[in-house]
Amino acid sequence: MPLYPVTIIAVAMVLMVSTAVRADERYTPIQDSVVAEECGACHMAFQPQMLPEKSWQKIIGDLSNHFGEDASLDPETVTRIEKYHRDNAADSGWLSGKFMRGLNKTSAPLRITATPYWVREHNEEVPERAWRDPKVKSKANCTACHRRANQGDYDDD
Amino acid sequence: MSFFAIARLLIVAAVAGGSAWSANGPANAAMMQDNIERYRVEAKALGQGFEAFSAERGRILFSSSPAAGKPDTPSCTACHTTDPAGVGQTRAGKEIAPMALSRTPDRYIDVKKIEKWFRRNCNSVLGRECTPLEKGDFLTFMASQ
Repeated sequence: MPLYPVTIIAVAMVLMVSTAVRADERYTPIQDSVVAEECGACHMAFQPQMLPEKSWQKIIGDLSNHFGEDASLDPETVTRIEKYHRDNAADSGWLSGKFMRGLNKTSAPLRITATPYWVREHNEEVPERAWRDPKVKSKANCTACHRRANQGDYDDD
Repeated sequence: MSFFAIARLLIVAAVAGGSAWSANGPANAAMMQDNIERYRVEAKALGQGFEAFSAERGRILFSSSPAAGKPDTPSCTACHTTDPAGVGQTRAGKEIAPMALSRTPDRYIDVKKIEKWFRRNCNSVLGRECTPLEKGDFLTFMASQ
């Protein structure tokens, strides 16, 4: 009987730890429907938390030359998308997100796949042949492996 | 409620649902024709002896490989496949619904959307905007598919 409270505490602690582990790679899904639709037309709409504000400025500021294609939009839509990415970038808010690891205030990588955090998370775990799979096609195709990436859930790795 | 009453209700619901679904088809096609009409007005206004849009010219435009724009997008078919009824794939691996009106009936309704994709994709593939004649030919071809 004296063991009873100890058991409860132990179980609670195990649950807390396992929940934290499961919810490790979660990002707020895109809340703005215009951002979700326009950014998601050709590729998965990447969560803004995955690049610093400076990166998004460069990318959204040159949509006519968007990774080899013209992805231009009307000025109002561009302004709306810029604001959403500024408000939710990896370095927005009080605490920087994990995608700022290895980056400093001046860094502005143009690809999520070029950030030290992304590279570290993928380079040992994902074999080269997985990237060559025609169903994957591009490193920008998060949902090929992370089925719930659209909802900001990358825990299935 | 008897078995027959339930069956009758189900049949009525199915017929009503079916006709509501198919009724969208002609409405979508009519809205697409409105957009083709808009390009006809633009093409005439250019005063270059416009006569009529041609599905055949549209087919040739769609199937050609101009490689005159951005290097990664040499042709429409690079992403949309050579079959207008086929499911395409973007360079980032995302599926593209078929271009043929019969396969994606709600594709050609919104003027802004049509103009957005002509601007982007003509620039990417041809390295310039498309003319009203090219746009009308292209839509006339897709309307026939």
